[in-house]
Amino acid sequence: MSEAHGEIRTIQRDRNTESLDLSFWPGSVPLRQRWRNNGLSADFLGDYVTTFFPLDENDPATRQRQSEIRGAVSFIANELLENAMKFHDDSLPEPITMRLFLHQEEIIFQQINSAGQEAADRFRAFVDRLRNSDPGELYIQQLEEGAASEGSAGLGYLTMINDYGADLAWRFEPLDNNGYRVTTQVVVRI
Amino acid sequence: MNSLSGEGYVVELDADRDTVRMAGALRLGGLSEYGPISQMLESALDGRSHLTIDLTGLEFLNSSGIATLSKFVISARNRNECALLIRGSNDIAWQGKSLNNLKRLMPALELQFD
Repeated sequence: MSEAHGEIRTIQRDRNTESLDLSFWPGSVPLRQRWRNNGLSADFLGDYVTTFFPLDENDPATRQRQSEIRGAVSFIANELLENAMKFHDDSLPEPITMRLFLHQEEIIFQQINSAGQEAADRFRAFVDRLRNSDPGELYIQQLEEGAASEGSAGLGYLTMINDYGADLAWRFEPLDNNGYRVTTQVVVRI
Repeated sequence: MNSLSGEGYVVELDADRDTVRMAGALRLGGLSEYGPISQMLESALDGRSHLTIDLTGLEFLNSSGIATLSKFVISARNRNECALLIRGSNDIAWQGKSLNNLKRLMPALELQFD
């Protein structure tokens, strides 16, 4: 049975929704080479959305807004892709996908990867902790306790929440052959 | 000049100016890949009473990099021997969002936006 932590939106694909979908099979090239693509993809998404926030020479605030939106999209997309690469289970028949939806007042990211039972359990425990803590305190605590260990996805999510005002939600769907399809959703208001 | 570089980034210690400059886009894969940069930052504190970290050319830093910088700031605070100035840029969006957190970790830190 599918299990949600927070609300994963069902997105209507209509005239008012711009969207981009990326999907890939990480096993096809080594992780080290693939890592480089996280940055390229994230920067591409960041640059892409700026089209919808044009500059007005007479209004300096538009430059700042464009730069902030580009920076936020690029940072969030990069973190989601890095986490997907770290937790994805190549043995499961699922690609990694990243979807970006641009609405009038918000940008929605939905990133999907598969995870084995053990990785999914660890991740679920972290999600529980995150949803039941003060994110500002948890961030400091993770750093002070040296808990920000290798493979920890925590600081990226906490940075999205604390610094970008993002809302996060997750869904775990069991796959037929063990493991889970994990959806991470990030919503930022613009 | 002591420096570390890779695709799209450079980190260098300018000993004469008591400055570590980080520039480009840093998105290394996890804290262990940031190890050499951590070591450079840490050893820059040795024997100094003040140190500047110049981030005005650092366009992008992933969360592992932010964690690396944060851990360094905690270490400087705990060693309590060296005053720290971090220079950021108003033109780089992530810095306006995330650098203020460093002051929470080390209230004596001086943060300056150019």
